[in-house]
Amino acid sequence: MQDFAESLALAWRLILAGDADLWAIVALSLQVSLSAVVLACLIGLPLGAVVGAFRFPGRGLLGVVFNALMGLPPVVVGLVLYLLLSRAGPLGELGLLYTPTAMVLAQTVLVTPIVAALCRQVVEDLHLEYDEQLRSLGVGPLATLATLLWDARYSLLTAALAGFGRAIAEVGAVIIVGGNINHVTRVMTTTIALETSKGNLALALALGLILIGLALIVNGAVMALRHTARGAAYA
Amino acid sequence: MLDLGMGVALESERALFPLHAEELVLEVRGKRLIDRLSLTVAEGALQVILGPNGAGKSLCLRLLHGLLRPTAGRVLWGGRPADAGLRRRQAMVFQRPVLLRRSVAANIRYALGLRALSRGERRERLESLLALANLQELAGQPARRLSGGEQQRLALARALALAPEILFLDEPTASLDPAATLAIEALIREAHRAGTTVVLVTHDLGQARRLAGEVAFLYRGRVAESAPAGRFFEAPASAEARAFLAGRLVV
Repeated sequence: MQDFAESLALAWRLILAGDADLWAIVALSLQVSLSAVVLACLIGLPLGAVVGAFRFPGRGLLGVVFNALMGLPPVVVGLVLYLLLSRAGPLGELGLLYTPTAMVLAQTVLVTPIVAALCRQVVEDLHLEYDEQLRSLGVGPLATLATLLWDARYSLLTAALAGFGRAIAEVGAVIIVGGNINHVTRVMTTTIALETSKGNLALALALGLILIGLALIVNGAVMALRHTARGAAYA
Repeated sequence: MLDLGMGVALESERALFPLHAEELVLEVRGKRLIDRLSLTVAEGALQVILGPNGAGKSLCLRLLHGLLRPTAGRVLWGGRPADAGLRRRQAMVFQRPVLLRRSVAANIRYALGLRALSRGERRERLESLLALANLQELAGQPARRLSGGEQQRLALARALALAPEILFLDEPTASLDPAATLAIEALIREAHRAGTTVVLVTHDLGQARRLAGEVAFLYRGRVAESAPAGRFFEAPASAEARAFLAGRLVV
């Protein structure tokens, strides 16, 4: 207990003192996870919208697949990506293993199904409401997608935040493809895993506190978005 | 080149009227909801489709507008089947307005954006449509925060933004109070006066009397009677219409 109190005090001091190592790790975490979320949105939003708005063979199956992939175990994603990116793997030439790029790829794979599945649900509901009106107006398929995505913007931002929450808190995938190399691929979760096992509780705790703070901010943002959307009847 | 240009112009200016529904049949899961319905709408008409609930009025309107495909029969525009170009010359207002999750002005701008207009024209049309529907004060408000009557006025203004040659209205005042109803009816009259052919579905006898030029009376998926409004209300020829006008008709 004495140890814990001491470590906690030390952790606070690290945060307040703006420890350079600490903030480098936080910055890389944010950079990797935000990049992954942006990529996941670029892929997942159009994909989810197409499956949500249009009828075609295999549509139901795709919906099921999106939902199933939402629960993809991060270590498995890490493992598969490791095999692909390792020297002997099909993408070994690229030399991406143990780089932040590999970590972005891993988290993109994890977040894309979340964004796609939530987007599909939202767009499908909205399409039910808009379908006749848009057909009456003579709006083409591409413009229909754009309209649905824009009018679902609040819900989709929430989906992106959910994806970010998953990415930033995930450790299994990034530790395998990133390798937790000091000053290169260390992010918050991998550092916590490693420093805890080394007994360096202060740094681990400081990062843990920051992660909790981020979780609070993300959820606060989600609530604020919902409130705004409901206020304008755009929910 | 010149020939081609002329051809295209003629194609887009092909005659819409008369709009003719020919022996339309609509069956859903083996149930015949529209039963050999025939109807002709002339250019410049204010055609009311009247009938009790469940007579197939809304389905008839959707078949004419092209939102539903008939099981049998066809819809002819100026003697020819509908094509893609025709869609751009019609508009429809639904019983429950479907408004985009945007501001009042953005809803109208959306429809204007579907037409080839210059930026200046677009701004001008937006202003005049907002004024027409008496929504200038609310232009920046979220559309879905408006009252029921305001929402329907916006839906109507948005439909008129398309400058349609024919306007379909599906019970546009069914859930509105008398004042809001009168405002909508004034807009419909205004559009009709400006040359738009109007096809209005209603079960409201008062509304039919106030607006109709022509009446088609629908009963059990068929046109039981079709006549100029004066004659229809003075001397209905069919037993069904007489029963409906006397308030005795049930489906």
